[in-house]
Amino acid sequence: MLQVTSINKSFHGKEVIKGIDLSIQKGEVVVIIGPSGSGKSTFLRMMNALEFPTEGDVLLEGESILYRTVGNKKVPRKEKELSKFRAEVGMVFQGFHLFAHKTVLENIIEGPMRVRKVSKETAILEAERLLQKVGLADKRDQYPHALSGGQQQRIAIARALAMKPKILLFDEPTSALDPELVGEVLLVMKELANEGMTMAVVTHEMGFAREVGDRIIFIDQGVIVQDEPAHLFFHINNNNDRIKRFLNTISRNVV
Amino acid sequence: MQEIWSNIVLFSPRLLEGTLITIQLTAISLIFSLIIGLAVALGKITHNKTINRICNFYISIVRGTPLLVQLLYVYFVFPDIGISLTAFQAAIVALSINESAYLAETFRAGIKSIPKGQMEAAQAIGMDYSLAMRRIILPQAIRNVIPAIGNSAIVLIKNSSLAAVITVTELMHNGNLLAASTYQNIQIFTMVAIVYWVLHYPLSLFVDYLEKRGAAHHVTSNQH
Repeated sequence: MLQVTSINKSFHGKEVIKGIDLSIQKGEVVVIIGPSGSGKSTFLRMMNALEFPTEGDVLLEGESILYRTVGNKKVPRKEKELSKFRAEVGMVFQGFHLFAHKTVLENIIEGPMRVRKVSKETAILEAERLLQKVGLADKRDQYPHALSGGQQQRIAIARALAMKPKILLFDEPTSALDPELVGEVLLVMKELANEGMTMAVVTHEMGFAREVGDRIIFIDQGVIVQDEPAHLFFHINNNNDRIKRFLNTISRNVV
Repeated sequence: MQEIWSNIVLFSPRLLEGTLITIQLTAISLIFSLIIGLAVALGKITHNKTINRICNFYISIVRGTPLLVQLLYVYFVFPDIGISLTAFQAAIVALSINESAYLAETFRAGIKSIPKGQMEAAQAIGMDYSLAMRRIILPQAIRNVIPAIGNSAIVLIKNSSLAAVITVTELMHNGNLLAASTYQNIQIFTMVAIVYWVLHYPLSLFVDYLEKRGAAHHVTSNQH
């Protein structure tokens, strides 16, 4: 489905991502964890070209989303082409980023109507179905600022789903939420996972990672330290010191 | 007292004619300056370095020279390069250009005030830059800067009085002529001042209202 090949990223000469390879299969839920500043968000943002890698490539269903081949040279894609790929890769942000001047419904139908050129009636029908799914059908005509963080994030998920993406990326979707609102967002994500949605999730929610994740990727200092099926990763005998320390810190904070 | 009233009746028609021209001058210049200002603002924030430089140069020239010089320049120098304009047209051109430079900065600030996440969210659902600008960023940015545009319009009303020097028969010009021919300086210039104040007042109320409303529910305040 999505492939990342020997990707490098530097900001002002400082290497943040140092050669990461990753391949995500259809229907797989890949959870990316790691200490803050490890480059995991940057890594995720490169999967839909919001960030451009310094080296390496990202392939969606075998096709490069960053470059096109002219003759035998690789040319960076124009903005319009990037947009075409981004439409296929949904993204949910830590800060929700709902369009502040649009109602909940308008937020959801904007992409389908303007990008996919779906008719308004069809878009609204689909939006209402998605609102039902995230449990917010009654908020359809509200503005984002009137909603709680958890509700905003569920709307943001509905907005991403409205584009019928092939894969959904989550960039710390619950990190900006009050603790009591985290559950409702994770529940929606869990449902999506159960329906077979392909997902890449950057998160600190170890419970979610363990329960929903098919694979856990541990990133530290710009490299993948461990890439393991969830049940093996959380196995008591995980003998990587760095991961042990990280998991300990996290669980201490939770309890 | 009797004399004052009869003078007011005597001067009013000329001053009202001038007031109408002042209103036209202001309204037309405002529309043009909004269009040019928005274009220059977009040019300033685009990633094309050449366009950036051109827009910065434009703003620098326009803000760095007096409006009076610009008016005289358009009216007297443009004909030499083959562009002959009536006094009214020249005033429109000069006022629009002058105001556009200030509005460009207003628009730019408005666009910059929209959180970066709005653009990213728009791009993430497959919008390209220009579509995201049109549909997501500008509607919010413009809403935020409407009070500032109102303030610019107030300045523009008063600036339009400078068009008197290139013989546009607006309020100031007509007042000047009346004063020169009747020597009723106190009365005429007081009337002129009052008319400008009356013209600005509704705009001023409107700006106050918008600023209060804006403070009450700032649309992007709860976004990260």
